[in-house]
Amino acid sequence: MPSSPNHVLEFPGGYTRSVGPVIGRFLSELRDGRLMGVRTASGRVLVPPTEYDPDTGAAVTDEWVEVGPAGTVQSWSWVPRPRHGHPLDRPFAWALIKPDGADTALLHALDMGVHELGAKPPKTLTTGMRVRPRWRAERRGHIGDIECFLPEVAVITAPTRLEYRLRPGRAQDRFLEGISQGRILGDRCPVCEQVIVPMRGLCPRDGVPTVEEVELPHTGTVTTFAVNNIPDPRAPEVPFVSAYVLLDGAGMTMLALVAGVPADRVRMGMRVRAAWRPRREWGRTMDNIKWFEPLDEPDVPFERIKDYL
Amino acid sequence: MSRDIAVVAFAQTPHKEREDGLSEVEMLAPVIAEVKERTGVDRFGFTCSGSCDYLVGTPFSFVSALDAVGAWPPICESHVETDAAWALQEAYVRLLHEEIDTALVYGFGKPSQSDFREVATQQLDPYYLAPLGPDQVSLAALQARAHLERTGATEEDLRAVAARSRAAGRNNPYALHLDDPDPGEDYEVAPLRPYDVAPLTDGAAAIVLAAGDKARELCERPAWITGIDHRVDAHGLGARDLSRSDSARLAGERAGARGVEIAELHAQFTHEELILREALGLGEEVTVNPSGGAMTANTVMAAGLVRIGEAAARIHDGTADKVLGHASAGPCLQQNLVCVMEGEPRG
Amino acid sequence: MGEPCAVIGVGQTEYRTRRLDVSMAGLVREAAWRALQDAGLDWGDIDAVVVGKAPDLFEGVMMPEAYLADALGARGKPLLRVHTAGSVGGSTAIVAAGLIHSGRHERVLTVAWEKQSESNATWALTVESPHNTSLVVGAGGYFAPHIRAYIARSGAPTHIGTLVAVKDRLNALKNPYAHLKIPGISREMVESTPMLWEPIRYLETCPSSDGACAMVLASERAARRAPNPPAWVLGAAMRSEPLFFAGRDTVNPRAGRDAAAEVYRQAGITDPRRELDCAEVYVPFSWYEPMWLENLGFCGEGEGWKLTEAGATALDGDIPWNPSGGVLSSNPIGASGMIRFAEAALQVRGMAGEHQVDGARTALGHAYGGGAQFFAMWIVGSDKP
Repeated sequence: MPSSPNHVLEFPGGYTRSVGPVIGRFLSELRDGRLMGVRTASGRVLVPPTEYDPDTGAAVTDEWVEVGPAGTVQSWSWVPRPRHGHPLDRPFAWALIKPDGADTALLHALDMGVHELGAKPPKTLTTGMRVRPRWRAERRGHIGDIECFLPEVAVITAPTRLEYRLRPGRAQDRFLEGISQGRILGDRCPVCEQVIVPMRGLCPRDGVPTVEEVELPHTGTVTTFAVNNIPDPRAPEVPFVSAYVLLDGAGMTMLALVAGVPADRVRMGMRVRAAWRPRREWGRTMDNIKWFEPLDEPDVPFERIKDYL
Repeated sequence: MSRDIAVVAFAQTPHKEREDGLSEVEMLAPVIAEVKERTGVDRFGFTCSGSCDYLVGTPFSFVSALDAVGAWPPICESHVETDAAWALQEAYVRLLHEEIDTALVYGFGKPSQSDFREVATQQLDPYYLAPLGPDQVSLAALQARAHLERTGATEEDLRAVAARSRAAGRNNPYALHLDDPDPGEDYEVAPLRPYDVAPLTDGAAAIVLAAGDKARELCERPAWITGIDHRVDAHGLGARDLSRSDSARLAGERAGARGVEIAELHAQFTHEELILREALGLGEEVTVNPSGGAMTANTVMAAGLVRIGEAAARIHDGTADKVLGHASAGPCLQQNLVCVMEGEPRG
Repeated sequence: MGEPCAVIGVGQTEYRTRRLDVSMAGLVREAAWRALQDAGLDWGDIDAVVVGKAPDLFEGVMMPEAYLADALGARGKPLLRVHTAGSVGGSTAIVAAGLIHSGRHERVLTVAWEKQSESNATWALTVESPHNTSLVVGAGGYFAPHIRAYIARSGAPTHIGTLVAVKDRLNALKNPYAHLKIPGISREMVESTPMLWEPIRYLETCPSSDGACAMVLASERAARRAPNPPAWVLGAAMRSEPLFFAGRDTVNPRAGRDAAAEVYRQAGITDPRRELDCAEVYVPFSWYEPMWLENLGFCGEGEGWKLTEAGATALDGDIPWNPSGGVLSSNPIGASGMIRFAEAALQVRGMAGEHQVDGARTALGHAYGGGAQFFAMWIVGSDKP
């Protein structure tokens, strides 16, 4: 077709249509913000109403029934690229909507929210879905007084943001102070005499305060581990290894990353050493230790780590 | 089931308005050590705690608290996500029907790490209330207005509650020591002025319950629980008569609140004391909040348990023969618990 | 144990990734109303309500039981909320049963729920303090090393996890409420799915579900008037241990062994494999079936995988585990424990439908949570203790 039309068929000012009593009543009610149907002799409620029962051709009764305005989608099509003259200029659905209390459906546009041109039908667009009209503020007795239908409210978003100023407590504060100086600190339980790391100020097993601070070496043994294939912002790459590392002299393991070795080469019993970030990047955080890297030492036999699993 | 159960030990931290560098576990550990030492009991038949994840904004905040208990070998333990007074109720029920004779109950909270007035908004109906963002004080003020208008009580009456609570608190080494309320203070949210609103505090508390002869063995004068009950109101503020507390009335009736000499009420706002006095039928002859109450020691998640502990302590020290400890939870006193204790076992 | 306690009503929601058709109140009411109908009761017949769920961060409603009080018909009644991490559904049932055992109440409604789709499960479970000193990557990253340790210790062949996944997913096809239903599920299908956290494959993990489960618990007197057969609580136990301490056995935690010993003692059971007819056990990763078979004393240490391999735990085996499809098939975290307890009750009531174990009269319900440190269990039976 040529870029601009060379023939236009347009009745000046638009056709003037007489609507008759039934459609007229319907549109008048619509202008008032009500959705009405008419009852047939067989008891069915027609929406939009006609002067006759479409099944039998018999005249409808005089009984009007307020329906909806909520309704159920009976069928739908999805318009990924609206045409000129469509009621919406972004992708939307045409839907046959049966208002509650009606026995027939009316066709209208259904706005499914913001979608890019060409989008596939949204998963929430289904036959049976519940919808309601969006009324135009200025109404004139026209089917377009309903701008379109909208899905019933099924989900609301509830943005919440709470701010905290969390403090580490004394033991954790002391531990992080050590980390900020490149030291790994634990504390010894006076009852079980095990070294607890990271330090907690008390022994979780015996429930007593610890008294002796212990500095631990930066070397240890992998007791067990997982190869993670789900990305994590803290990990260098996928796959990565999260492992329980038993620092030399500690009574319990720490969960940490293991890197500097292909994931499929990590072993239970492997010797590792903490890899620290450059000193200038250190802060009061566990992030100072990037991860643990393999040491060139023979593996520790399973027998010696099995009690730390 | 009928079994005599008593509060035999109570310990608390000083309740502080500003954080002092201790973690929750570090606040809690000395308190648990204290009740263990006082009773000589190291292993309890049941342990139950109350705390709230939203106070720290991370999930499972109660897990690390277990470190303070010494849960090895493993213990029989449970947790409620509310004031630890409800943990005490759970422990009480356990003692009724299980073959155990002691229980440890504790609660802790550190509201200094957040703006708890806003955090509490997250507890409201998520469809109609929370999205509007009303804070705890604003809602309390609505309730205060409703109560004042129905009863004819005045803002002067509220100030009198604040004055009495603060005077009492100054005699309590664990409570905040606050000056007399200044009548010239502007409203915080009308009709409530800053002194009508309990300051939030950090702290922890623990109670030991024991049954029958074990209680007599662990405590010279056990505070026998002669009645304990808790009830909840509708959540919607428009769905109940805000000016009174039906749930407190029901709980008080069931727990047998009549005839107590001392009542420790978990009122976080001055008008709540008036509402609770009315609901529990506490006349002028009843001494209310001799500790200063939550108006001077309002440790979130422990303040209700502290009320029961403070009331029990009046039995322990022989000051009274029949006392009442009360706890509340939810917006505008939605949920109320009443624990009545006596100095001698029934019959 | 005090007064006898019976389960006279069980209600479950359909478990789905997203229950967009209901509000939180709608979700819990769906389960609660079904439980009331099963019990032949109305809201007004209930004396007290006990609610359980896992972290409130899931839905972003702090202590949501306050908002749910009226939705659960609790106005003017005692309402208690329990939170014990992943074991919470089980702990909640036990706390509710205590209200009957103690003689405090006649009819107690207990509900456990989670609407995980309101946020995101990984987020809600792992929001961390800025002072955190460890690295945990999802529940899988935490548990996968323990599974590797189990395999190393027991010498189990690597396909055992696959067998459990297939078995539970087959069972789920018989459960109308189950979330994940995979017709034609097979070993090949499970083995073709990627390792998420080696040694855990995608189809060896649980889904994230919305859902609720409810029960009506009753005294002997109230149970006598119930329209359907009751399940009697024969024993209940809870045990907890700290998360990190020197000498902790994370593969075979002592808290689990101690809780099992206690619940068997109460129920008079000395040989669980022989004396129990079926078990609903919290198995969120398939390998936890052999691990818990050992932890719960169904066999000796290092032998669990042999039971699985021999088909003993299949629906037609001698000790069916998770006839409902288990946590691997439906996992609204806060409710998952109660679903185990409720499914055990359905079995001994003879009301489990297509996944009914023939003639089941005694069954175990099990839940665990945290870093495999919180345990809750009960045993229910057809006969009053």
